[in-house]
Amino acid sequence: MDANATTPLLPEVLEAMRPWLLENFGNASSIHYMGQQARSAVERARTSVAKLLNCRESEVVFTSGGTESDNLAIFGLVQPGDHVITSSIEHHAVLHAAERLAHRGLEVTFLPVASDCRIDPGEVRRAIRPNTRLISVMMANNETGVIQPVEEIGRIAREADVWFHTDAVQAVSKIPLDVQAIGCDLLSLSGHKIHAPQGTGVLYVRRGTQLEPLFFGGTHERQRRAGTENVAGIVGLGKAAEIAKNSLETGATSGIAALRDQLESGVLTKVSGSGVNGAGQPRVPNTTNLYFSNLEGEALVIALDLKGIAVSGGSACASGAAEPSHVLTAMGLPPERARASLRFSLTKLNTQQDIDEALEIIPAAVSRLRELAPVNAGTLG
Amino acid sequence: MSGGVDSSTVAAMLKDQGYDLVGLTLQLWNQRRLAGHHGMPEQVQGRCCSIDDVYDARRVAETLGIPYYVVNEQDRFERDVVRPFVSEYLAGRTPIPCSLCNDHLKFDQLLVRARQIGADRIATGHYARNEYDPERNRWILSRPADTSKDQTYFLFGLTQEQLSRTLFPLGSYQKPQVRDIAAQHGLALAAKPDSQEICFIPGGDYKQFIDAYLEEQGESIPDTSGELVTTSGDVVGRHGGIHNFTIGQRKGLRVSSPTPLYVLQIDQASHRVTVGAGAEATSASVRARDLNWISIPELHDAMRVRVKIRHRHEPAPATLRMSGRDEAEALFDEPQRAVTPGQAAVFYDGDKVVGGGWIA
Repeated sequence: MDANATTPLLPEVLEAMRPWLLENFGNASSIHYMGQQARSAVERARTSVAKLLNCRESEVVFTSGGTESDNLAIFGLVQPGDHVITSSIEHHAVLHAAERLAHRGLEVTFLPVASDCRIDPGEVRRAIRPNTRLISVMMANNETGVIQPVEEIGRIAREADVWFHTDAVQAVSKIPLDVQAIGCDLLSLSGHKIHAPQGTGVLYVRRGTQLEPLFFGGTHERQRRAGTENVAGIVGLGKAAEIAKNSLETGATSGIAALRDQLESGVLTKVSGSGVNGAGQPRVPNTTNLYFSNLEGEALVIALDLKGIAVSGGSACASGAAEPSHVLTAMGLPPERARASLRFSLTKLNTQQDIDEALEIIPAAVSRLRELAPVNAGTLG
Repeated sequence: MSGGVDSSTVAAMLKDQGYDLVGLTLQLWNQRRLAGHHGMPEQVQGRCCSIDDVYDARRVAETLGIPYYVVNEQDRFERDVVRPFVSEYLAGRTPIPCSLCNDHLKFDQLLVRARQIGADRIATGHYARNEYDPERNRWILSRPADTSKDQTYFLFGLTQEQLSRTLFPLGSYQKPQVRDIAAQHGLALAAKPDSQEICFIPGGDYKQFIDAYLEEQGESIPDTSGELVTTSGDVVGRHGGIHNFTIGQRKGLRVSSPTPLYVLQIDQASHRVTVGAGAEATSASVRARDLNWISIPELHDAMRVRVKIRHRHEPAPATLRMSGRDEAEALFDEPQRAVTPGQAAVFYDGDKVVGGGWIA
């Protein structure tokens, strides 16, 4: 139940990739037949992604993942003297990139959020200055699942003639996504969040957006991203994009929403002192961020893992230890509540049985943790 | 699991014995945190909680096929170990962070965490023995087979409840044997050097650490400069702050004298530091407070013990009796050098730890 961290490769995706890992090992830039084969595979994948995003093929840049896409959007567009607007609930790939810009002397505005985890478009409008170059606001938050008002922000950006980037890593395949409707100039997505392999991603770049590359070398990806294409990975991503588009059109995501809602209401009923962070706002269908009073989330993550339920709390630091979530902190949650909150995120592969088991295991684990919490530990104090 | 050879070997030994294990590493301190502050090097080669050590611990867990997690206890470590360490020094005492860490982190918080996730007991790589004595109905902590690695001095604060839930599998082994066992299990770190220093102070310069920590906290070092005086009250010089001294210290006094001078006393109130000859630097007795008893429920009558007053001290014979509500006094057979407030006095009956307290 940690799909927002990563998702398993779908068998169909692996099958689509297999020839490109074995017999068809051509370099997509080569003139010869094998190269041409690889090229056409890459371009077919580009078409699938373009269909998913409702954009032109030429606007799709393949990258190594969401982080590279975010960095390419930000560092590729911003120049010394520019002002950048982003939010305090972005993924670290945007947040730390923006902090880096600030470190280099650029002006950066980090918009706050209220406890609903939703960015106020009015705040975006008010933050715009004459030298504002870029607005970067995520489409859906990775920890609470709250969907941001990107279409409104897109309108504001267009009116002010400011570039607009959205990190859509946690939205792709969960909600319909149309770059024309959003009105964004740049959009990041990651392969491994949608059942494609890790190490694959896309940056959508609207035609006419002048982007300085991060990598220099060959003329790959229309000179926006040098480096031999990861053909098998790109093919996998294309297949996953195709499957995601079908799932959205056939309403498969409503099944995930039903399971998520069941998990959420089950926990709220069975566990006293529990609550939902970011409730009451539109959310992606697979995510819930649950709060359990009087315990430390880190211990609950371990206890649940030992019972076979994988969830996450906060973000992992370099050593792998958990740190309080910057998102929950930005929402104004007190530190003890931020530390007592866990994210459950489902995929379409989760079953009713998973939810039933989780609703047995979670209340028992929470009870044990609370009984043995330091305040209740008596002689151990 | 620290990523060192001792705790790694414990995991391997217990795995062989069929225990159902979960490996935990405490993330206690970020070594890069004070980099660049007050003369601290920008690049820190830290020993504790470094990414390399966590990597080593994780590799051991993988090799043994046990679940493994890093537990973030940085806030608690700072509150219960680092801050008290700094304030003790500033107050002219010489603290032992390892005992604070054992009392507040390893055998308190870690044990709670372990029980919360379903474990019955914790096992550590400390060199000590811990056995249940049915006659006394008590858990008895005693010195290990490898007396050169004896860590009982740092463990005197363990309660009976904590001891009943703790395994020290290395208590009956010599360190070279432990390295052999590690090597037999194919653990790549079998030859990793022992750690000696205070884990969060790489290089061991605690004065620089205190300066850097206070600078980071935006606090200034309180002015505790004062006079250096002899036992007869003659002022022989001035010093820059009492945190620069520890009882028994000889170096760095910057006073010329025909015979070596030692720090005898540090007065917190007047900031006066008394120095004197080696012969004067001894104490006939030691008083200890905040007592914890291990082999006995409490002390009634006077008891013959050996008292250890610092980590590298050969326990000295003494007679122990209560001298207050939570205070005991040990009268040494022979006066002892450098009885230092802030250190622990640990009482032994043979190899058994009777109990201990903090030197007043």
